[in-house]
Amino acid sequence: MTAMVKAEGVHKSFGAVEVLKGIDLEVAPREVFCLIGPSGSGKSTFLRCINHLDKISAGRLSVDGELVGYRQKGDKLYELKDSEVALKRRDIGMVFQRFNLFPHMTAIENVMEAPVQVRGEAKAVARARAERLLDRVGLADKAGNYPSQLSGGQQQRVAIARALAMEPKLMLFDEPTSALDPELVGDVLDVMRGLAEDGMTMIVVTHEMGFAREVGDSLVFMDGGVVVESGNPRDVLTNPQHDRTKAFLSKVL
Amino acid sequence: MTADVNKTDEPDEAPTPAAGPEAIKAIPVRHYGRYVSAVIAVALLASIIYAFSQGKINWDAVPEYFFDDRIINGVGQTLLLTVLSMAIGVVGGITLAVMRLSKNPVVSSIAWGYIWFFRGTPVLVQLIVWFNLGLVFEYINLGPIYKDYWSSFMTPLLTALLGLGLNEAAYMAEICRAGLLSVDEGQTEASHALGMSHTKTLRRIVIPQAMRVIVPPTGNEVINMLKTTSLVSVVQFYELFRQAQDIGQTSGAPVEMYFLAAAWYLILTSVLSIGQYYLERYYARGSSRNLPPTPLQKIKSGVFSLRRPKGVTA
Repeated sequence: MTAMVKAEGVHKSFGAVEVLKGIDLEVAPREVFCLIGPSGSGKSTFLRCINHLDKISAGRLSVDGELVGYRQKGDKLYELKDSEVALKRRDIGMVFQRFNLFPHMTAIENVMEAPVQVRGEAKAVARARAERLLDRVGLADKAGNYPSQLSGGQQQRVAIARALAMEPKLMLFDEPTSALDPELVGDVLDVMRGLAEDGMTMIVVTHEMGFAREVGDSLVFMDGGVVVESGNPRDVLTNPQHDRTKAFLSKVL
Repeated sequence: MTADVNKTDEPDEAPTPAAGPEAIKAIPVRHYGRYVSAVIAVALLASIIYAFSQGKINWDAVPEYFFDDRIINGVGQTLLLTVLSMAIGVVGGITLAVMRLSKNPVVSSIAWGYIWFFRGTPVLVQLIVWFNLGLVFEYINLGPIYKDYWSSFMTPLLTALLGLGLNEAAYMAEICRAGLLSVDEGQTEASHALGMSHTKTLRRIVIPQAMRVIVPPTGNEVINMLKTTSLVSVVQFYELFRQAQDIGQTSGAPVEMYFLAAAWYLILTSVLSIGQYYLERYYARGSSRNLPPTPLQKIKSGVFSLRRPKGVTA
Protein backbone atom coordinates (compact mmCIF):
# COMPACT_ATOMS: atom_id res chain seq x y z
CA MET A 1 0.00 0.00 0.00
CA THR A 2 1.41 3.42 -0.94
CA ALA A 3 1.84 5.84 1.90
CA MET A 4 -0.62 8.74 1.99
CA VAL A 5 2.20 11.14 2.82
CA LYS A 6 5.88 10.36 2.45
CA ALA A 7 8.66 12.76 3.39
CA GLU A 8 12.30 12.05 2.61
CA GLY A 9 14.90 14.51 3.83
CA VAL A 10 12.52 17.48 3.63
CA HIS A 11 14.26 20.81 4.17
CA LYS A 12 12.68 24.25 4.31
CA SER A 13 14.40 27.61 4.69
CA PHE A 14 12.94 31.08 5.00
CA GLY A 15 15.82 33.21 3.77
CA ALA A 16 18.79 32.29 5.92
CA VAL A 17 16.69 30.57 8.59
CA GLU A 18 16.42 26.82 8.18
CA VAL A 19 13.13 25.73 9.70
CA LEU A 20 13.06 22.09 8.59
CA LYS A 21 16.38 20.26 8.62
CA GLY A 22 15.62 16.93 7.01
CA ILE A 23 12.30 15.36 7.93
CA ASP A 24 11.71 11.69 7.14
CA LEU A 25 8.34 10.22 7.89
CA GLU A 26 5.53 8.20 6.44
CA VAL A 27 1.78 8.46 7.03
CA ALA A 28 -0.30 5.42 6.12
CA PRO A 29 -3.86 5.69 4.77
CA ARG A 30 -6.56 5.80 7.49
CA GLU A 31 -3.93 6.73 10.04
CA VAL A 32 -4.23 9.51 12.64
CA PHE A 33 -0.77 11.02 12.76
CA CYS A 34 0.02 13.49 15.54
CA LEU A 35 2.82 16.03 15.42
CA ILE A 36 3.87 17.55 18.74
CA GLY A 37 6.72 19.78 19.79
CA PRO A 38 7.56 23.25 21.11
CA SER A 39 6.57 26.30 19.07
CA GLY A 40 9.11 27.12 16.39
CA SER A 41 9.99 23.45 15.96
CA GLY A 42 8.71 23.50 12.36
CA LYS A 43 5.63 21.30 12.74
CA SER A 44 3.20 23.86 11.29
CA THR A 45 5.62 24.63 8.46
CA PHE A 46 5.83 20.93 7.62
CA LEU A 47 2.05 20.72 7.56
CA ARG A 48 1.83 23.72 5.22
CA CYS A 49 4.40 22.12 2.91
CA ILE A 50 2.13 19.11 2.43
CA ASN A 51 -0.43 21.17 0.49
CA HIS A 52 2.19 23.48 -0.96
CA LEU A 53 1.23 26.62 0.95
CA ASP A 54 4.96 26.67 1.66
CA LYS A 55 7.49 25.30 -0.85
CA ILE A 56 10.10 22.83 0.36
CA SER A 57 13.72 23.75 -0.36
CA ALA A 58 15.22 20.28 -0.58
CA GLY A 59 14.22 16.63 -0.28
CA ARG A 60 11.14 14.86 -1.58
CA LEU A 61 7.59 15.11 -0.36
CA SER A 62 4.75 13.15 -1.89
CA VAL A 63 1.04 12.76 -1.24
CA ASP A 64 -0.66 9.54 -2.36
CA GLY A 65 2.38 8.66 -4.46
CA GLU A 66 2.55 12.02 -6.30
CA LEU A 67 5.18 14.68 -5.67
CA VAL A 68 3.92 17.89 -4.04
CA GLY A 69 4.37 20.92 -6.31
CA TYR A 70 6.46 19.17 -8.97
CA ARG A 71 6.22 16.69 -11.81
CA GLN A 72 9.07 14.32 -12.48
CA LYS A 73 10.11 13.43 -16.01
CA GLY A 74 13.20 11.28 -16.18
CA ASP A 75 15.50 12.80 -13.59
CA LYS A 76 14.25 16.36 -14.11
CA LEU A 77 11.71 18.14 -11.91
CA TYR A 78 9.19 20.53 -13.44
CA GLU A 79 7.37 23.04 -11.29
CA LEU A 80 3.59 22.65 -11.43
CA LYS A 81 1.41 25.48 -12.68
CA ASP A 82 -0.81 27.22 -10.12
CA SER A 83 -3.87 25.55 -11.62
CA GLU A 84 -2.28 22.10 -11.23
CA VAL A 85 -1.38 22.83 -7.61
CA ALA A 86 -4.97 23.95 -7.02
CA LEU A 87 -6.22 20.70 -8.52
CA LYS A 88 -4.18 18.65 -6.05
CA ARG A 89 -5.27 20.77 -3.09
CA ARG A 90 -8.87 19.74 -3.69
CA ASP A 91 -8.08 16.36 -2.18
CA ILE A 92 -6.41 17.78 0.92
CA GLY A 93 -8.52 19.49 3.56
CA MET A 94 -6.91 21.94 5.92
CA VAL A 95 -8.07 23.35 9.24
CA PHE A 96 -6.28 26.39 10.63
CA GLN A 97 -5.50 27.54 14.13
CA ARG A 98 -7.35 30.83 13.54
CA PHE A 99 -10.28 29.15 11.67
CA ASN A 100 -10.03 31.52 8.67
CA LEU A 101 -13.73 31.26 7.90
CA PHE A 102 -14.91 33.67 5.22
CA PRO A 103 -16.52 36.41 7.36
CA HIS A 104 -18.79 37.76 4.61
CA MET A 105 -20.54 34.43 4.17
CA THR A 106 -22.89 32.54 6.49
CA ALA A 107 -21.84 29.17 7.93
CA ILE A 108 -23.61 27.21 5.20
CA GLU A 109 -22.26 29.49 2.46
CA ASN A 110 -18.76 28.87 3.79
CA VAL A 111 -19.29 25.13 3.46
CA MET A 112 -20.90 25.41 0.01
CA GLU A 113 -18.30 27.76 -1.45
CA ALA A 114 -15.63 25.31 -2.61
CA PRO A 115 -17.92 22.61 -4.06
CA VAL A 116 -19.83 25.24 -6.05
CA GLN A 117 -16.88 27.39 -7.14
CA VAL A 118 -14.17 24.76 -7.54
CA ARG A 119 -16.05 21.66 -8.63
CA GLY A 120 -18.89 23.51 -10.31
CA GLU A 121 -21.47 21.59 -8.34
CA ALA A 122 -25.14 22.59 -8.49
CA LYS A 123 -26.14 24.78 -5.56
CA ALA A 124 -28.92 22.48 -4.42
CA VAL A 125 -26.55 19.50 -4.25
CA ALA A 126 -23.90 21.52 -2.42
CA ARG A 127 -26.50 22.87 0.00
CA ALA A 128 -27.79 19.40 0.81
CA ARG A 129 -24.28 18.17 1.55
CA ALA A 130 -23.47 21.31 3.55
CA GLU A 131 -26.56 20.78 5.69
CA ARG A 132 -25.51 17.20 6.30
CA LEU A 133 -21.97 18.26 7.25
CA LEU A 134 -23.15 21.02 9.58
CA ASP A 135 -25.42 18.48 11.21
CA ARG A 136 -22.48 16.14 11.60
CA VAL A 137 -20.44 18.78 13.45
CA GLY A 138 -23.50 19.59 15.58
CA LEU A 139 -24.30 22.99 14.07
CA ALA A 140 -27.40 22.31 11.97
CA ASP A 141 -29.19 25.20 13.70
CA LYS A 142 -26.39 27.71 12.98
CA ALA A 143 -26.42 27.40 9.18
CA GLY A 144 -27.60 30.96 8.63
CA ASN A 145 -25.23 32.61 11.11
CA TYR A 146 -22.23 34.66 10.10
CA PRO A 147 -18.88 33.62 11.64
CA SER A 148 -18.90 36.72 13.86
CA GLN A 149 -22.09 35.39 15.45
CA LEU A 150 -20.48 32.06 16.37
CA SER A 151 -18.17 31.10 19.24
CA GLY A 152 -14.61 30.01 18.50
CA GLY A 153 -15.45 26.35 18.91
CA GLN A 154 -18.44 26.66 16.60
CA GLN A 155 -16.34 28.51 14.02
CA GLN A 156 -13.72 25.78 14.07
CA ARG A 157 -16.37 23.12 13.58
CA VAL A 158 -17.75 25.04 10.59
CA ALA A 159 -14.17 25.19 9.28
CA ILE A 160 -13.91 21.41 9.58
CA ALA A 161 -17.22 21.02 7.73
CA ARG A 162 -15.94 23.39 5.06
CA ALA A 163 -12.82 21.27 4.56
CA LEU A 164 -14.87 18.05 4.49
CA ALA A 165 -17.18 19.46 1.81
CA MET A 166 -14.49 18.79 -0.80
CA GLU A 167 -14.45 15.11 0.29
CA PRO A 168 -10.70 15.07 0.86
CA LYS A 169 -8.62 11.92 1.22
CA LEU A 170 -6.35 13.64 3.72
CA MET A 171 -7.06 16.21 6.43
CA LEU A 172 -4.44 18.53 7.89
CA PHE A 173 -5.12 20.11 11.28
CA ASP A 174 -2.85 23.00 12.28
CA GLU A 175 -3.28 23.40 16.05
CA PRO A 176 -7.07 23.35 15.66
CA THR A 177 -7.82 23.94 19.34
CA SER A 178 -5.02 26.32 20.32
CA ALA A 179 -7.09 29.48 19.84
CA LEU A 180 -10.10 28.16 21.77
CA ASP A 181 -11.35 28.58 25.31
CA PRO A 182 -10.61 25.38 27.26
CA GLU A 183 -14.34 24.76 27.59
CA LEU A 184 -14.84 24.69 23.82
CA VAL A 185 -11.92 22.40 22.98
CA GLY A 186 -13.90 19.25 23.72
CA ASP A 187 -16.53 19.86 21.02
CA VAL A 188 -13.89 20.23 18.34
CA LEU A 189 -11.95 17.19 19.51
CA ASP A 190 -15.18 15.16 19.50
CA VAL A 191 -15.72 16.02 15.84
CA MET A 192 -12.13 15.03 15.05
CA ARG A 193 -12.52 11.78 16.97
CA GLY A 194 -15.59 11.01 14.88
CA LEU A 195 -13.62 11.64 11.70
CA ALA A 196 -10.87 9.29 12.87
CA GLU A 197 -13.40 6.58 13.58
CA ASP A 198 -14.72 6.95 10.03
CA GLY A 199 -11.26 6.16 8.73
CA MET A 200 -10.11 9.61 7.58
CA THR A 201 -6.35 10.01 7.19
CA MET A 202 -5.43 12.88 9.48
CA ILE A 203 -2.24 14.73 10.30
CA VAL A 204 -2.76 16.72 13.48
CA VAL A 205 -0.39 19.33 14.86
CA THR A 206 -1.55 19.62 18.44
CA HIS A 207 -0.82 20.36 22.05
CA GLU A 208 -3.67 18.12 23.19
CA MET A 209 -1.71 15.15 24.54
CA GLY A 210 -4.91 13.46 25.71
CA PHE A 211 -6.27 13.47 22.18
CA ALA A 212 -2.95 12.19 20.78
CA ARG A 213 -2.92 9.34 23.25
CA GLU A 214 -6.54 8.28 22.76
CA VAL A 215 -7.03 8.80 19.04
CA GLY A 216 -3.53 8.89 17.54
CA ASP A 217 -2.07 5.90 15.70
CA SER A 218 1.42 7.37 15.54
CA LEU A 219 3.11 10.34 17.07
CA VAL A 220 6.17 12.36 16.17
CA PHE A 221 7.97 14.72 18.50
CA MET A 222 9.74 17.50 16.58
CA ASP A 223 12.25 20.03 17.85
CA GLY A 224 14.55 22.42 16.03
CA GLY A 225 13.40 21.27 12.60
CA VAL A 226 14.12 17.57 13.07
CA VAL A 227 12.16 14.54 14.23
CA VAL A 228 13.47 13.72 17.69
CA GLU A 229 11.33 10.74 18.51
CA SER A 230 8.47 8.83 16.95
CA GLY A 231 6.34 5.82 17.60
CA ASN A 232 3.05 4.74 19.12
CA PRO A 233 1.59 7.72 21.02
CA ARG A 234 0.97 5.71 24.19
CA ASP A 235 4.60 4.54 24.26
CA VAL A 236 6.15 7.91 23.45
CA LEU A 237 4.00 9.88 25.86
CA THR A 238 4.34 7.51 28.82
CA ASN A 239 7.86 6.30 28.23
CA PRO A 240 9.88 8.81 26.20
CA GLN A 241 13.39 7.66 25.28
CA HIS A 242 15.01 10.96 24.38
CA ASP A 243 15.99 13.59 26.97
CA ARG A 244 14.52 16.42 24.91
CA THR A 245 11.19 14.61 24.68
CA LYS A 246 11.22 13.96 28.42
CA ALA A 247 11.88 17.64 29.15
CA PHE A 248 9.09 18.79 26.83
CA LEU A 249 6.53 16.30 28.13
CA SER A 250 7.32 17.08 31.75
CA LYS A 251 6.28 20.68 31.04
CA VAL A 252 3.09 20.05 29.08
CA LEU A 253 1.65 16.99 30.81
CA MET B 1 -43.56 23.03 37.29
CA THR B 2 -40.98 24.55 39.57
CA ALA B 3 -42.19 28.05 38.76
CA ASP B 4 -45.70 27.11 39.82
CA VAL B 5 -44.46 25.69 43.11
CA ASN B 6 -42.52 28.88 43.88
CA LYS B 7 -45.48 31.06 43.10
CA THR B 8 -47.84 29.21 45.39
CA ASP B 9 -45.29 28.94 48.18
CA GLU B 10 -44.14 32.55 48.32
CA PRO B 11 -46.70 34.86 46.77
CA ASP B 12 -45.44 37.93 48.67
CA GLU B 13 -41.81 37.68 47.56
CA ALA B 14 -42.47 37.73 43.84
CA PRO B 15 -42.89 41.52 43.29
CA THR B 16 -39.77 42.48 45.30
CA PRO B 17 -37.07 41.43 42.77
CA ALA B 18 -39.13 42.79 39.84
CA ALA B 19 -39.18 46.35 41.27
CA GLY B 20 -35.40 46.69 41.79
CA PRO B 21 -33.75 49.95 42.82
CA GLU B 22 -35.43 53.23 41.89
CA ALA B 23 -34.30 54.88 38.64
CA ILE B 24 -31.88 57.79 39.17
CA LYS B 25 -33.49 61.24 38.95
CA ALA B 26 -30.71 63.82 38.87
CA ILE B 27 -30.52 67.35 37.48
CA PRO B 28 -28.35 67.13 34.34
CA VAL B 29 -25.31 69.37 33.87
CA ARG B 30 -26.30 72.60 32.09
CA HIS B 31 -24.17 73.32 29.04
CA TYR B 32 -24.48 77.10 28.85
CA GLY B 33 -21.54 77.28 26.42
CA ARG B 34 -23.58 75.31 23.90
CA TYR B 35 -26.50 77.73 24.01
CA VAL B 36 -24.23 80.75 23.60
CA SER B 37 -22.23 79.26 20.71
CA ALA B 38 -25.43 78.12 18.96
CA VAL B 39 -26.87 81.64 19.15
CA ILE B 40 -23.64 83.15 17.79
CA ALA B 41 -23.49 80.63 14.94
CA VAL B 42 -27.11 81.25 13.94
CA ALA B 43 -26.62 85.01 14.08
CA LEU B 44 -23.49 84.79 11.86
CA LEU B 45 -25.27 82.58 9.35
CA ALA B 46 -28.27 84.91 9.26
CA SER B 47 -26.08 87.94 8.65
CA ILE B 48 -24.27 86.18 5.79
CA ILE B 49 -27.59 85.20 4.19
CA TYR B 50 -28.87 88.73 4.67
CA ALA B 51 -25.75 90.19 3.02
CA PHE B 52 -26.21 87.95 -0.01
CA SER B 53 -29.90 88.78 -0.28
CA GLN B 54 -29.12 92.50 -0.27
CA GLY B 55 -26.27 92.22 -2.78
CA LYS B 56 -26.56 93.18 -6.43
CA ILE B 57 -27.66 89.73 -7.40
CA ASN B 58 -30.83 89.06 -9.33
CA TRP B 59 -32.10 86.11 -7.26
CA ASP B 60 -35.28 85.79 -9.32
CA ALA B 61 -33.20 84.44 -12.20
CA VAL B 62 -32.30 81.29 -10.25
CA PRO B 63 -35.80 79.80 -9.87
CA GLU B 64 -36.63 81.01 -13.37
CA TYR B 65 -33.97 78.82 -14.94
CA PHE B 66 -33.78 76.11 -12.24
CA PHE B 67 -35.75 73.59 -14.28
CA ASP B 68 -34.81 74.95 -17.69
CA ASP B 69 -34.52 72.19 -20.31
CA ARG B 70 -30.84 72.97 -20.88
CA ILE B 71 -30.10 72.76 -17.16
CA ILE B 72 -31.97 69.47 -16.77
CA ASN B 73 -30.12 68.15 -19.81
CA GLY B 74 -26.84 69.32 -18.24
CA VAL B 75 -27.68 67.56 -14.97
CA GLY B 76 -28.31 64.37 -16.92
CA GLN B 77 -25.02 64.68 -18.80
CA THR B 78 -23.13 65.40 -15.56
CA LEU B 79 -24.60 62.30 -13.92
CA LEU B 80 -23.91 60.18 -17.00
CA LEU B 81 -20.32 61.37 -17.14
CA THR B 82 -19.85 60.78 -13.39
CA VAL B 83 -21.23 57.25 -13.52
CA LEU B 84 -19.30 56.22 -16.64
CA SER B 85 -16.00 57.80 -15.56
CA MET B 86 -16.28 56.21 -12.12
CA ALA B 87 -17.04 52.86 -13.73
CA ILE B 88 -13.85 53.17 -15.78
CA GLY B 89 -12.03 54.37 -12.67
CA VAL B 90 -13.19 51.49 -10.44
CA VAL B 91 -12.58 48.72 -12.99
CA GLY B 92 -9.24 50.26 -13.96
CA GLY B 93 -8.35 50.87 -10.33
CA ILE B 94 -8.98 47.27 -9.25
CA THR B 95 -7.04 46.02 -12.26
CA LEU B 96 -4.11 48.33 -11.50
CA ALA B 97 -4.18 47.42 -7.80
CA VAL B 98 -4.05 43.70 -8.59
CA MET B 99 -1.27 44.41 -11.10
CA ARG B 100 0.74 46.36 -8.53
CA LEU B 101 0.44 43.52 -6.04
CA SER B 102 1.42 40.95 -8.67
CA LYS B 103 4.62 38.94 -8.30
CA ASN B 104 5.36 39.54 -11.99
CA PRO B 105 7.84 42.47 -12.03
CA VAL B 106 6.84 43.63 -15.54
CA VAL B 107 3.16 43.85 -14.62
CA SER B 108 3.74 45.63 -11.31
CA SER B 109 6.13 48.13 -12.94
CA ILE B 110 3.60 48.98 -15.63
CA ALA B 111 0.99 49.67 -12.96
CA TRP B 112 3.46 51.73 -10.96
CA GLY B 113 4.35 53.82 -14.04
CA TYR B 114 0.70 54.38 -14.93
CA ILE B 115 -0.16 55.59 -11.45
CA TRP B 116 2.97 57.76 -11.36
CA PHE B 117 2.03 59.51 -14.60
CA PHE B 118 -1.72 59.93 -14.24
CA ARG B 119 -1.60 60.97 -10.60
CA GLY B 120 1.28 63.32 -11.21
CA THR B 121 -0.27 65.49 -13.93
CA PRO B 122 -3.33 67.78 -13.63
CA VAL B 123 -6.54 66.28 -14.97
CA LEU B 124 -7.19 69.50 -16.89
CA VAL B 125 -3.96 69.01 -18.83
CA GLN B 126 -4.85 65.37 -19.48
CA LEU B 127 -8.24 66.40 -20.87
CA ILE B 128 -6.65 68.92 -23.22
CA VAL B 129 -4.08 66.34 -24.36
CA TRP B 130 -6.80 63.80 -25.16
CA PHE B 131 -8.69 66.53 -27.02
CA ASN B 132 -5.66 67.42 -29.13
CA LEU B 133 -4.33 63.93 -29.73
CA GLY B 134 -5.30 64.38 -33.37
CA LEU B 135 -2.03 66.31 -33.70
CA VAL B 136 -0.18 63.04 -33.03
CA PHE B 137 -2.46 60.47 -34.58
CA GLU B 138 -4.18 61.64 -37.74
CA TYR B 139 -6.21 58.49 -38.25
CA ILE B 140 -7.49 55.74 -36.07
CA ASN B 141 -7.13 52.44 -37.91
CA LEU B 142 -8.28 49.19 -36.35
CA GLY B 143 -7.88 47.25 -39.60
CA PRO B 144 -11.17 46.00 -41.03
CA ILE B 145 -13.18 46.87 -37.91
CA TYR B 146 -12.93 50.63 -37.77
CA LYS B 147 -11.12 53.44 -39.56
CA ASP B 148 -11.72 57.17 -39.24
CA TYR B 149 -10.10 60.53 -38.70
CA TRP B 150 -9.01 60.94 -35.09
CA SER B 151 -10.89 64.21 -34.78
CA SER B 152 -14.22 62.63 -35.71
CA PHE B 153 -13.52 59.51 -33.62
CA MET B 154 -12.75 61.52 -30.48
CA THR B 155 -16.16 62.93 -29.64
CA PRO B 156 -16.39 65.29 -26.65
CA LEU B 157 -18.01 62.50 -24.59
CA LEU B 158 -15.21 60.04 -25.37
CA THR B 159 -12.55 62.65 -24.64
CA ALA B 160 -14.20 63.51 -21.33
CA LEU B 161 -14.59 59.84 -20.39
CA LEU B 162 -10.99 58.96 -21.18
CA GLY B 163 -9.63 62.06 -19.47
CA LEU B 164 -11.63 61.66 -16.27
CA GLY B 165 -11.81 57.85 -16.18
CA LEU B 166 -8.13 57.12 -16.75
CA ASN B 167 -7.10 59.76 -14.24
CA GLU B 168 -9.55 58.37 -11.71
CA ALA B 169 -8.22 54.83 -12.21
CA ALA B 170 -4.86 55.97 -10.86
CA TYR B 171 -6.46 57.25 -7.66
CA MET B 172 -8.78 54.27 -7.32
CA ALA B 173 -5.79 51.95 -7.75
CA GLU B 174 -4.28 53.19 -4.50
CA ILE B 175 -7.62 52.97 -2.69
CA CYS B 176 -8.17 49.42 -3.95
CA ARG B 177 -4.62 48.39 -3.09
CA ALA B 178 -5.17 49.54 0.49
CA GLY B 179 -8.40 47.52 0.51
CA LEU B 180 -6.80 44.35 -0.83
CA LEU B 181 -3.94 44.61 1.67
CA SER B 182 -6.43 45.00 4.52
CA VAL B 183 -7.76 41.46 4.02
CA ASP B 184 -6.09 38.92 6.31
CA GLU B 185 -3.63 36.60 4.57
CA GLY B 186 -5.32 33.63 6.24
CA GLN B 187 -8.31 34.22 3.96
CA THR B 188 -6.21 33.69 0.85
CA GLU B 189 -4.57 30.64 2.40
CA ALA B 190 -7.90 29.09 3.39
CA SER B 191 -9.24 29.70 -0.10
CA HIS B 192 -6.14 28.23 -1.77
CA ALA B 193 -6.26 25.25 0.57
CA LEU B 194 -9.78 24.53 -0.70
CA GLY B 195 -8.40 24.38 -4.24
CA MET B 196 -9.64 27.77 -5.42
CA SER B 197 -7.59 29.53 -8.11
CA HIS B 198 -5.97 32.95 -7.71
CA THR B 199 -8.71 34.61 -9.74
CA LYS B 200 -11.55 32.91 -7.87
CA THR B 201 -9.91 33.74 -4.55
CA LEU B 202 -9.70 37.39 -5.50
CA ARG B 203 -13.22 37.59 -6.87
CA ARG B 204 -15.07 35.51 -4.29
CA ILE B 205 -13.05 35.97 -1.09
CA VAL B 206 -10.67 38.93 -1.12
CA ILE B 207 -12.49 41.64 -3.09
CA PRO B 208 -15.83 41.32 -1.24
CA GLN B 209 -13.97 41.81 2.05
CA ALA B 210 -11.78 44.57 0.65
CA MET B 211 -14.95 46.46 -0.35
CA ARG B 212 -15.53 47.44 3.29
CA VAL B 213 -12.33 49.43 3.17
CA ILE B 214 -12.74 50.55 -0.45
CA VAL B 215 -16.31 51.90 -0.36
CA PRO B 216 -15.99 54.90 2.01
CA PRO B 217 -13.10 56.60 0.16
CA THR B 218 -14.73 55.67 -3.15
CA GLY B 219 -17.85 57.55 -2.10
CA ASN B 220 -15.58 60.49 -1.58
CA GLU B 221 -14.15 59.99 -5.06
CA VAL B 222 -17.63 59.88 -6.62
CA ILE B 223 -18.52 63.20 -5.04
CA ASN B 224 -15.20 64.61 -6.17
CA MET B 225 -15.78 63.26 -9.67
CA LEU B 226 -19.23 64.83 -9.84
CA LYS B 227 -17.67 68.23 -9.29
CA THR B 228 -14.60 67.58 -11.44
CA THR B 229 -16.87 66.93 -14.43
CA SER B 230 -17.30 70.72 -14.54
CA LEU B 231 -13.79 70.81 -16.08
CA VAL B 232 -14.83 69.03 -19.27
CA SER B 233 -16.37 72.20 -20.67
CA VAL B 234 -12.85 72.78 -22.07
CA VAL B 235 -13.32 69.81 -24.42
CA GLN B 236 -16.69 71.11 -25.63
CA PHE B 237 -18.77 68.68 -23.60
CA TYR B 238 -22.05 70.23 -22.48
CA GLU B 239 -22.77 69.30 -18.89
CA LEU B 240 -24.37 71.21 -16.01
CA PHE B 241 -21.63 73.79 -15.52
CA ARG B 242 -21.25 74.56 -19.24
CA GLN B 243 -25.02 74.86 -19.75
CA ALA B 244 -25.35 77.21 -16.77
CA GLN B 245 -22.46 79.28 -18.10
CA ASP B 246 -24.06 79.51 -21.55
CA ILE B 247 -27.43 80.54 -20.15
CA GLY B 248 -25.66 83.10 -18.00
CA GLN B 249 -24.00 84.69 -21.03
CA THR B 250 -27.24 85.01 -23.02
CA SER B 251 -29.64 85.89 -20.21
CA GLY B 252 -27.48 88.56 -18.61
CA ALA B 253 -27.34 86.80 -15.27
CA PRO B 254 -23.90 85.09 -15.35
CA VAL B 255 -23.16 84.96 -11.60
CA GLU B 256 -26.71 83.90 -10.78
CA MET B 257 -26.34 80.89 -13.07
CA TYR B 258 -23.19 79.81 -11.23
CA PHE B 259 -25.20 79.86 -7.99
CA LEU B 260 -27.85 77.80 -9.73
CA ALA B 261 -25.23 75.26 -10.81
CA ALA B 262 -23.81 75.16 -7.29
CA ALA B 263 -27.28 74.44 -5.88
CA TRP B 264 -27.69 71.56 -8.31
CA TYR B 265 -24.26 70.13 -7.43
CA LEU B 266 -25.21 70.31 -3.75
CA ILE B 267 -28.47 68.44 -4.38
CA LEU B 268 -26.69 65.74 -6.39
CA THR B 269 -23.91 65.20 -3.86
CA SER B 270 -26.50 64.95 -1.05
CA VAL B 271 -28.33 62.20 -2.93
CA LEU B 272 -25.03 60.38 -3.54
CA SER B 273 -24.16 60.51 0.16
CA ILE B 274 -27.39 58.67 0.97
CA GLY B 275 -26.54 56.01 -1.61
CA GLN B 276 -23.11 55.61 -0.07
CA TYR B 277 -24.63 54.98 3.36
CA TYR B 278 -26.64 52.03 2.07
CA LEU B 279 -23.69 50.63 0.11
CA GLU B 280 -21.50 50.68 3.22
CA ARG B 281 -24.23 48.96 5.14
CA TYR B 282 -24.40 46.19 2.52
CA TYR B 283 -20.68 45.46 2.65
CA ALA B 284 -20.66 45.51 6.46
CA ARG B 285 -22.69 42.30 6.58
CA GLY B 286 -20.97 39.59 8.57
CA SER B 287 -18.41 41.99 10.00
CA SER B 288 -20.52 43.35 12.81
CA ARG B 289 -23.12 41.48 14.80
CA ASN B 290 -25.82 44.08 14.37
CA LEU B 291 -26.06 46.30 11.33
CA PRO B 292 -26.72 49.97 12.14
CA PRO B 293 -30.36 50.91 11.47
CA THR B 294 -31.23 52.62 8.22
CA PRO B 295 -32.60 56.18 8.55
CA LEU B 296 -36.04 54.76 7.76
CA GLN B 297 -35.72 52.21 10.57
CA LYS B 298 -34.53 54.95 12.91
CA ILE B 299 -37.65 56.98 12.18
CA LYS B 300 -39.84 53.91 12.69
CA SER B 301 -38.27 52.98 16.01
CA GLY B 302 -38.54 56.62 17.06
CA VAL B 303 -42.26 56.56 16.34
CA PHE B 304 -42.68 53.30 18.25
CA SER B 305 -40.79 54.52 21.30
CA LEU B 306 -43.05 57.56 21.39
CA ARG B 307 -46.11 55.35 21.17
CA ARG B 308 -45.08 52.73 23.68
CA PRO B 309 -45.64 54.73 26.90
CA LYS B 310 -49.09 55.65 25.63
CA GLY B 311 -49.91 51.96 25.16
CA VAL B 312 -48.75 51.18 28.68
CA THR B 313 -50.88 53.81 30.35
CA ALA B 314 -53.95 53.04 28.24
